Amino acid sequence: MTTHGDLVARGSRAASTSSGESLGDRVFRGLTLSAGLFMVTIMGAIAVFLVWRAVPALNNNSGSFFTTTSWLPDQTPPIFGIAALLFGTLMTAGLALLLAVPVGVAVALYVSHYATPRIGKSLGFVVDLLAAVPSIIFGLWGLAVLMPNTGGLFKWLNDYLGFIPILQNTTGIYTKSMLLAGVVLAIMILPTVSSVSREVLVQTPRMDVEAALAVGATKWETMRMVVLPFGRPGIISAAILGLGRALGETIAVAIILSALFEINWRITEPGGNTFAANIALKWNEAGTNGIPALVASGLVLFLITLAVNMVARLIVQRRRTKEGTR
Amino acid sequence: MSVDIAPLVMSPPPSVLQGRRQPRWALGASVVIAVVIALASSVFTGIDGVAGTAVVAAIAFVVIYIGWSLRLEGRRHATDRFATTLITTALVCALVPLVSVLWTVLERGLAVLNLAFLTNSMRNVSARSTGGGLFHALIGTIEQVALASLVAVPIGVLTAIYLVEYGRGRAATAISFFVDVMVGVPSIVAGLFIFTGLVLTLGLPRSGLAASFALAILMLPVVSRTTEEMLRVVPNDLREASYALGIPKWRTITKVVLPSALAGIITGAMLAVARVTGETAPLLLTTFLTQSVNTNPVEGPQASIPTFVWDQITSGTAASLARAWGGALVLILFVTVLYATARLVSWWFTGRRGMGVH
Amino acid sequence: MSLDLSAPTDRTAVPSVPVVPSVPSAAPLRSGHSMAKRIDISDLRAYYRDFLAVDGVTLSVEPRSVTAFIGPSGCGKSTVLRTLNRMHEVIPGAWVDGKVLLDGEDIYADSIDPVNVRRTIGMVFQRPNPFPTMSVYENVAAGLKLDGRRRRKSELDDVVEQSLRSSNLWAEVKDRLSRPGAGLSGGQQQRLCIARAIAVQPQVLLMDEPCSALDPISTLAIEDLIESLKESYTIVIVTHNMQQAARVSDTTAFFNLSAPGQPGRLVESGPTRTIFTTPTEKATEDYISGRFG
Repeated sequence: MTTHGDLVARGSRAASTSSGESLGDRVFRGLTLSAGLFMVTIMGAIAVFLVWRAVPALNNNSGSFFTTTSWLPDQTPPIFGIAALLFGTLMTAGLALLLAVPVGVAVALYVSHYATPRIGKSLGFVVDLLAAVPSIIFGLWGLAVLMPNTGGLFKWLNDYLGFIPILQNTTGIYTKSMLLAGVVLAIMILPTVSSVSREVLVQTPRMDVEAALAVGATKWETMRMVVLPFGRPGIISAAILGLGRALGETIAVAIILSALFEINWRITEPGGNTFAANIALKWNEAGTNGIPALVASGLVLFLITLAVNMVARLIVQRRRTKEGTR
Repeated sequence: MSVDIAPLVMSPPPSVLQGRRQPRWALGASVVIAVVIALASSVFTGIDGVAGTAVVAAIAFVVIYIGWSLRLEGRRHATDRFATTLITTALVCALVPLVSVLWTVLERGLAVLNLAFLTNSMRNVSARSTGGGLFHALIGTIEQVALASLVAVPIGVLTAIYLVEYGRGRAATAISFFVDVMVGVPSIVAGLFIFTGLVLTLGLPRSGLAASFALAILMLPVVSRTTEEMLRVVPNDLREASYALGIPKWRTITKVVLPSALAGIITGAMLAVARVTGETAPLLLTTFLTQSVNTNPVEGPQASIPTFVWDQITSGTAASLARAWGGALVLILFVTVLYATARLVSWWFTGRRGMGVH
Repeated sequence: MSLDLSAPTDRTAVPSVPVVPSVPSAAPLRSGHSMAKRIDISDLRAYYRDFLAVDGVTLSVEPRSVTAFIGPSGCGKSTVLRTLNRMHEVIPGAWVDGKVLLDGEDIYADSIDPVNVRRTIGMVFQRPNPFPTMSVYENVAAGLKLDGRRRRKSELDDVVEQSLRSSNLWAEVKDRLSRPGAGLSGGQQQRLCIARAIAVQPQVLLMDEPCSALDPISTLAIEDLIESLKESYTIVIVTHNMQQAARVSDTTAFFNLSAPGQPGRLVESGPTRTIFTTPTEKATEDYISGRFG
């Protein structure tokens, strides 16, 4: 089987036998290679500069970087730690995933198997529109529209489901909470999860769906037996991609949360902070030690999202090799 | 080959084709009853607000509709209907925020949007007073995005060319890997990098230029990816025909391959631009905000539409919040125009040349 | 099974009036010990939205026999087959007019649950389609597990084994029941699909060109299998291979398009020997002798 690479090689050979690898070819090839290497360099540079600029703050930190919750890098002596930030980032991203994945997969199912093809296409397009809305607008909307309207619901959660500690609210205030931030984040990553899942679910072979129906399954049983198992790897990578986005989201969270540096499991209470939001909020008032401290937290965020993206890539790779043997 | 056949020796099941079916009007009836119950019960449970009432109505609907099906049709069909209900609810949950966001932006933004808003800056306008506009932010965004594209598009396209036309070795694998990774870099990290790398280390001042470099980092992998896809779609026959004529490779790429993929490349670039136009975080780190117009991106503080919105939100006054909505509307219009133009370009090129590069 | 051309031909036409049901169709039927049922199709029309794909089919299928649908491609024979187990309406916009009576009960009546219809009338498809994420065992048991009755593992094992035996696959897979169903050869996969279909104890088996994706040896194996299955089931098979229809079926129905763009229709049906030796319609004779199709 002729691969694209073979054709390319054949082509280059053809070109070189007729005119030799001309100066033009060498220059052009070098140009494009440099562009590619430039991108590689950027990635390396990001890591290098972040580490370099973070080190001074890490060195003169009186608190433990990983377990301290307070953030006072410009104080003497400086005490700061990412414990609260890590908690907040993981909690809001986790809540977002919890809400966005079921809804996103359900929407993908609807568009691919429940709606007629034309309606499905339009609906898919509309849901994708959500992805085009800039995050600051979601923050603004979350603050001005969602926050006033969810207070009653969160209060109800406390009143009737308050025996679950996470839903308890001891402050009586139901705004600017991590749950709200999680909801807004969920809305933001929904189009990602939904469209990646949809791409996979749409590829379910029709004959497998028909086989299930012909054996006497209801529509939902068909989804459960055939469509969802088929789409599982794709759905997992959709979730991980969504997670990556949620971890890095800055502005919407910064607008909604009322930045408090503490680890508070009661998600309907005001408070919480994430890596990204903290950097945005504290940046302009940060002093000579404050900025390196923020850079250090940025480094941690960078490494976390890097890890998440690599895992997503690995899963896609594994699925590709598995399908190759099928 | 001996055939091992054993007739099925099992007692035949009762063949009941019949099954009681829920009447078609059951769906509508359940919805109506559920809504009534929700509205009535808000008196007792004290749940006000649209969100709470909707949740109560949804629960009531499920109990009525599915319970009905369970009694009448049995477990399997009830489960099927329940699944369909959940899935449809999910769809509504996905659409409601979109509609709400767009509607609110339109409603509150239009209240503030007028010619004065578009042509004035915030100079000498205090947070408490009405008036003022985002002209300074508009200039800033246009300049910053243009500079970012100037940097990102050539590099992204060239990288894609390398990966598709030349890449066979370890270099290509590494580059492809890093492009992938770069897509996932959070926007604030891009801002941090430009700050630590260019501002702190190289002394580049915090300016519109610094901001555009940060935006360029966010655009680069996207442009590279979409260009790569467009280049791969170009059929190999075209390349081979060109080589067979003795045309050197680099000319083949620039004169044959690129033009035929041009529509898709432009569309991809515009989509990338549309995406970074709304980015706020990297701008906050790389520029200083200002209320006045600054047409010089290389020095001095420069505003931009997203940071304008951010600034107005954090000012906290009612007038500022109204202006924030105005800025949000302008931002959405900006992004919409970019997306629409991207589609138009794609359609125009494809229609004109008759080549289906989509 | 060769055609005896010297035998006197039987020119009795197939009755075009459906058998009058002896049981009122409103009451649920309980079958006796016979497992196979008769099908009476009465003035069936199949539509895709506004487009009439097949016009006015009237035909009877005897229990415990094999009926073959033949005809050129696009003439609607698969469409008619799929109306028999209510799979036609699965396609968005597709619908059906007319009656299909299973032992006198109209499967398209309002009170009928299509899910039950599909359990009672099983289907095997053109390309073998075992469920890709399931093992051989799970494939055969798939339909059984759906009806929600809790079965003991031993009972399930029995059914799976019997089904696999009945489709001549048991010997080849009994040591690899937990391996993926997709790992078998084409012919084996198709027999697995047949086992899956008969595991839910249907009365009728519909086969839509079951051998067209298989090699000749697997094809013969499936044809032998059909011969033995007809002792317990009513079988309707769509095939574009006339020799196969002649080998395998008792009754043959010939479908054709009156003209391109026109709906397909049933031209003629009757005992296979008659259709292949002394067909009544010229179109049938042309098709049989290979002048078109």
